[in-house]
Amino acid sequence: MSSTALRGRAGVIGFILAETSLFAVFVVAYLFYIGKSLTGPFPQDVLELPIVNTICLLSSSVTVALATRALASGRVARAGAWLALTVALGLAFLAGTAQEWRRLIFERGLTIGTNLFGTTFYPLVGLHASHVILGLVMLSLCAAFAWSGALKAAHTQRVELVSWYWHFVDGVWIVVFTVVYVIGR
Amino acid sequence: MTLATLHDWVVTVDHKRLGIMYVVTGLVFLVIGGVEAFLIRLQLSQPGLTLVPADTFNRLFTVHGTTMVFLVGIPIVFGFANYLVPLMIGARDLAFPRLNAFGFWILLFGGALLYFSFIGGDGLYGAGSAPAVGWFAYAPLSERAFTPGNATDYWNLSVLVTGFGTIATAINLIATITTMRAPGMTLGRMPVYVWTMLTVSAMTLLILPPLSAAQIMLLLDRFLGAHYFDTQAGGSAIIWQHFFWFFGHPEVYVLMVPGFGFVSEIIPVFSRKVIFGYATLVVATVSIGAVSFSTWAHHMFTVGMGGTLNSFFAASTMLVAVPTGVKIFNWLGTLYGGKLRFRTPLLFCCAFLFQFLCAGLTGIMLSVAPFDWQLTDSYFVVAHFHFVLFGGLLFTIFAALYYWFPKATGRMLSERLGRWHFWLLVVGFNLTFVTMHFPGLLGMPRRIYTYPADRGWDMLNLVTTLGVPLQALAVLIFVVNVVYSLRRGAPAGNNPWEAWTLEWATTSPPPAYNFATLPPINSRRPLWDVQHPDDPDGPHE
Amino acid sequence: MSVLHAIETPNIFAPVSTPAFAIRDLSFFVLAITAAIFLIVAGFAVYTLIRFGRRPADPDREPAQVYGSTQIELAWTVVPLLIVVVLFLVTARYVWGLERRAQPPDALEITVVGHQWWWEIRYPKLGIVTANEIHVPVSDATRPTPTFITIQSVDVAHSFWVPQLAGKMDAIPNKTNRIWIEPRRVGTYVGQCAEYCGLQHALMLLVVVVHPQDEFRAWVASQQIAPPEAEATRPGRELFSSLACISCHSVRGTPGNGVFGPDLTHLMSRSTLGAGAVRNTPGNLRAWVKDPAAFKAGALMPAMKLDDAQLDQLVGYLVTLQ
Repeated sequence: MSSTALRGRAGVIGFILAETSLFAVFVVAYLFYIGKSLTGPFPQDVLELPIVNTICLLSSSVTVALATRALASGRVARAGAWLALTVALGLAFLAGTAQEWRRLIFERGLTIGTNLFGTTFYPLVGLHASHVILGLVMLSLCAAFAWSGALKAAHTQRVELVSWYWHFVDGVWIVVFTVVYVIGR
Repeated sequence: MTLATLHDWVVTVDHKRLGIMYVVTGLVFLVIGGVEAFLIRLQLSQPGLTLVPADTFNRLFTVHGTTMVFLVGIPIVFGFANYLVPLMIGARDLAFPRLNAFGFWILLFGGALLYFSFIGGDGLYGAGSAPAVGWFAYAPLSERAFTPGNATDYWNLSVLVTGFGTIATAINLIATITTMRAPGMTLGRMPVYVWTMLTVSAMTLLILPPLSAAQIMLLLDRFLGAHYFDTQAGGSAIIWQHFFWFFGHPEVYVLMVPGFGFVSEIIPVFSRKVIFGYATLVVATVSIGAVSFSTWAHHMFTVGMGGTLNSFFAASTMLVAVPTGVKIFNWLGTLYGGKLRFRTPLLFCCAFLFQFLCAGLTGIMLSVAPFDWQLTDSYFVVAHFHFVLFGGLLFTIFAALYYWFPKATGRMLSERLGRWHFWLLVVGFNLTFVTMHFPGLLGMPRRIYTYPADRGWDMLNLVTTLGVPLQALAVLIFVVNVVYSLRRGAPAGNNPWEAWTLEWATTSPPPAYNFATLPPINSRRPLWDVQHPDDPDGPHE
Repeated sequence: MSVLHAIETPNIFAPVSTPAFAIRDLSFFVLAITAAIFLIVAGFAVYTLIRFGRRPADPDREPAQVYGSTQIELAWTVVPLLIVVVLFLVTARYVWGLERRAQPPDALEITVVGHQWWWEIRYPKLGIVTANEIHVPVSDATRPTPTFITIQSVDVAHSFWVPQLAGKMDAIPNKTNRIWIEPRRVGTYVGQCAEYCGLQHALMLLVVVVHPQDEFRAWVASQQIAPPEAEATRPGRELFSSLACISCHSVRGTPGNGVFGPDLTHLMSRSTLGAGAVRNTPGNLRAWVKDPAAFKAGALMPAMKLDDAQLDQLVGYLVTLQ
């Protein structure tokens, strides 16, 4: 692997480590405050398992891996298609989150200031969602470059690094799902 | 300086220039932080003084601490790394030069934001909106209910923003050290200093995000009505302390360990001997880094955590003292049997050895939890951490400045002025900070803007204050030395100290690309091998 | 007026109470170890610098290059580790010993609540509420009478620290901490808040008066009775009851039952005003009521904007609250 490629890998690994540390603290805060809200609504009252959301997001890890593989073997158009599908799945996830939040805020009256559950729920899920948005921006750019013909097989390693970030975001979702929707309820 | 030169510096992505910019910025903030300390000591020199009103005093100690940690320590430490690491490993620059520049400018912005707080809000009178919650901003004092207005937000945002820059630089250094070493420069041949920077960069990645997270939570509390640290809504004041000190304790190692790295480079050169026990030093460095993650709640022995946790954190804190102490022995082992050259860099290292020994021993005292129940939050602990960061880190920084100034500028600093700087600083530092332990033992808490005359603290506080003008004079002499030597210093040549690591194998200052050619790298001291082809280091290592 | 002995310097090495004695003993052990380490290491350093700092006969020849010594390095790792083990075991013994002190059933119980910037003091079982000044009985070595203190806060983090009596313990909102003291010598011992708590953190004095047993009982009795209502002070008393005073302050026997500020039932039995801001004399009391910020800028008690006549009446009443 070229020195530049090695550098890029080291940099992204370092970035992901830092991000892991950031999320870890929001997760710890969430876990710490489970059961400590003085008033409702409580998680078990208002949270529904976001199955469809999760399937969309985790599938997008598969599609982005397929995109990288396609690009490595020079099939730029196919890579672009897989990338576009990844973005679509990510957008579906975001739409699902937005829907959930709309329901929680307007129908169940849960805001960040309502109680400790609200305080810890929205920043954790929101921090994750903001990282999804960032990832979607990068993936969309990759898809756009594939469509315009600027993306080449030589860029595989760079796209792979973006996919690592995306896998990281999905990994965080698994943790968030477990902590918020399984343990916390 | 012409406009074109200024432009070059502003747009630079060269690690050497950015390194110098970081260090100069840090030194400027050192002077500012020193002025803040001077005002604090003036107010405390006698009981019942009203030179500095309570409000202003509280802002001064908050900004003094914040400045020294985030705007002096971190920039200088990472600034030196910026300059030295590529040269020491035979690389052309850092892995991500533009990210490097980003890190510097965001530091500058964060520092400006913090100091803008003095004139923002209420304006200059009463020190405006400068934060007054202490540099660790304990909740719930830092919540809006108890500190309205924007002062705390200036603290929060400026530290948050500079933190991002530090994370970026840490990523940069790790990528550089792991992937850009010259052929032959294995990890086991890197200078100890580079190992220290690799270690603290990894630590930075893991500790700075928790601080950022806690600060984001505080922002959410203050602006969006969240309750992370809102005890009235069932929130916990303690969890802020846990988050902060999980960052805060390893942070002081991030600050100090590179200082150990400087000493590990300088002592061998001025003893004319190879470092004693390279492998031990590297293992000790990494051990300190790792174990330091388990010690944070020794800042919280009085919070009421209970015997189990108090005992655990006492144990981990005592444990981290072992590799730290081992390093001191390795340095002494290097000096022993050498032919010591007492030039200014070595002088600062010698003072460091004694002062850091004291710092470590008072640290041991503080690790004994019940003893800590008396010592913490008093002037004893203030004296302790100034021994670590001033008597320890800052002295090594001055050693490093005298040692590498010739490499960066091509000129030697004046030895004569260096000696004046050194002795004035040693006397002034110890006069202030040795004395400062005693009011703590006599019950004087920290962060008080005045004290009554009947406590027996008067003379001790006066003597403590008397050391400050000496320190100020010392630093002034240093500044004069730098300004004078930039123009009139003796030409340095490539290797004025007869050192052996790669940075001395190029010109002073190095060309933009660092190395025209590299010597063969077959050991930890490539230039020793060049000078001693009959007895190279390799077989001994 | 309270019995106020001369104040001693609150030296942690001049303990008068069992926990503080224990900590001092522990500290001597630690200091001995650290002093020994200092003498050995610093001594070796001085020796090295002097011996090898002398101008060498052949300065241009490099000295023998010693790369390390596994044995020596192992030794100087293992020995500190052993010291650490010993230190830890001793530390743990004191940590648990101090925490696990059993509370005798008839022990005196006090609750201390930290406020910005004063201390609320309650004796729950005795029905006493006061501020900033704690009175306890001296403890006899043969029949110990320790005092157990519950420590809380209503606002921000404070820290309860009277060095001669015990190590400090933080007052954290939403948390209850406990310490115990066992003073063995009659006297007055001072401390102050030891956790930065805002503007007037420096003026949160703690006064602990240790009485002989009978004197303590007399103090308790004097604190338990409501102050007598004299006819002469009725105007002042009515002023107190009708003004905003009662929204923050309590005086037993009046409508005043505010808890935001200190209980004033036995105001004049305390030695200072404003938690150490100024000595408690009628003159100072008058000035304080007129404008607390003159003594303690930022104090949460507002200037009551009374004219001189009202002040005289009010203070005339307050000074009867012995």
